[in-house]
Amino acid sequence: MRTLAHDPGYALLLTLQHVEIVGIAVLVALLVGIPTGIGIVRLRWLEAPVVNTASVLYTVPSLALFAVLIPFTGLGPEPAVVALILYSLLVIIRNTIAGIDSVDPAMVDAARGMGMTAAQRLVLVELPLGLPVIVAGVRLAVVSGIGIATIAAYVGAGGLGILIFDGIRTLNPDRVVAGALATSALALLADWGLLRLEKVLNRERRRPVEAGMA
Amino acid sequence: MIRLEHVSKAFAPGAGSARAVDDVSIDVPAGQLLVLIGPSGSGKTTTMRMINRLERPTDGRILVDGNDIAELDAVKLRRTVGYVIQQSGLFPHFTVADNVAIVPRLLGWPAAKRRKRANELLELVGLPPATFADRYPRQLSGGQQQRVGVARALAADPPIVLMDEPFGAVDPITRKQLQRELRRIQAEVRKTIVFVTHDIGEAFHLGDRIALMSDGRVVQKGSPADLLLTPATPFVTDFIGEDRGLRALQYTRLSEVAKPRATAAAAGEAVLSGSASVMDALRCVGSQGGASGSGVWVNGEGGGPAGFFSYADMVGMLGMTVAESPPNEPAH
Repeated sequence: MRTLAHDPGYALLLTLQHVEIVGIAVLVALLVGIPTGIGIVRLRWLEAPVVNTASVLYTVPSLALFAVLIPFTGLGPEPAVVALILYSLLVIIRNTIAGIDSVDPAMVDAARGMGMTAAQRLVLVELPLGLPVIVAGVRLAVVSGIGIATIAAYVGAGGLGILIFDGIRTLNPDRVVAGALATSALALLADWGLLRLEKVLNRERRRPVEAGMA
Repeated sequence: MIRLEHVSKAFAPGAGSARAVDDVSIDVPAGQLLVLIGPSGSGKTTTMRMINRLERPTDGRILVDGNDIAELDAVKLRRTVGYVIQQSGLFPHFTVADNVAIVPRLLGWPAAKRRKRANELLELVGLPPATFADRYPRQLSGGQQQRVGVARALAADPPIVLMDEPFGAVDPITRKQLQRELRRIQAEVRKTIVFVTHDIGEAFHLGDRIALMSDGRVVQKGSPADLLLTPATPFVTDFIGEDRGLRALQYTRLSEVAKPRATAAAAGEAVLSGSASVMDALRCVGSQGGASGSGVWVNGEGGGPAGFFSYADMVGMLGMTVAESPPNEPAH
């Protein structure tokens, strides 16, 4: 029986496919979600409709979502990428809003009082100070995306899910375990990396202490 | 020069709603420091925040150098008004130098000029740039952060500076030190400052003029001596507290109480500056032995006519302060 150890090239290919699906989806979700979140902070009445819609999408099981998407996207990585974009949008929009909201009002007041325009306030103060929360959203999107992308192998998207589905079909538990381990390892690695980024950002951008030498 | 004309502010618009600021008219002459003081909710901070349009007046108007600020661009206006807030409001992700240079950055100054200006200002507020410029705010003590806050407000050399309880969050010793520093800096830069505080000692120490507010209205405005010697209402007396007599001696300037004299000081007679306090005069007379006809000569400010503050007048003021002091509790 062919195992991954015998064919590292194949494993690498599947891993790259997996990373590509999640990477493209999260990137698109960031490009759409962050501006949407910023827009919602400015136009607060949008919050309920947008966040509720995204929440409803988030509750749709992935297989069902793939099924709905396939008539539009066909089989392959496309339905997987679109589904992951939709899932990621919720956390990214929500965390962008939460990130900007988390900025100390005194900071925003100081920024206004010094004569920053709304755009300068956003770029110089609100986004940098809200960044740790936004990155936490990205982490959640990436980690859950890696898991969901496994299922996308079922609709021909490729990725590490192939190992699992092949293993099930051919009654080969080694393959299932190998696929599951590889997926978990990928998720843990991404989680660890983004968590580190989050911590670095938190340290750099921590609120000033009230008094006393640090 | 800042002029508030019948300024009111209601946060919930509509007739009959409570006004946070109610028909306030104040002038702040250029180069002077006006203290807005009052209990919480008296409208002092809201009054200040209307001057850089962080709040809009519901009624009345505010003029800066004769221009109605409602007609100016809010963002441009704020870049010409320094702003210091409690807890310093420094941006934690900017270095000290970058914090100081924010308004110059918004104004598009080149980096080298910004850096030079930041260094000058850090020097001015007593933080050597070599040590402090590249630190982050969290690496500073509370007092140092407030100094940076003051430096930041002065960065683009604005004619007006607004200070919202800038020293409210630091310990009393540091606060005293920061107050002294502010006086020194103000003597050097001569800004038109509106300073909000609820600390009456701070008000007398720093204010050229003081406006005492309560329930959105100005109860009394005037020099420290005006409030101390002729409190307009019992509220003023209450707010100043039982140290009024002592403070009156400390904060009444001789130029406010000296009587004009046609003659000038003879050789050997004591001459004090008009900005010296009654307390200084008492010390001076005390060291002379306090003969009944004695007193101090007071220099006319800017070469104006000289005056004389007699020992008898001093005793009169002392009498007032003693009379107004609460009687001692009987010992048990």
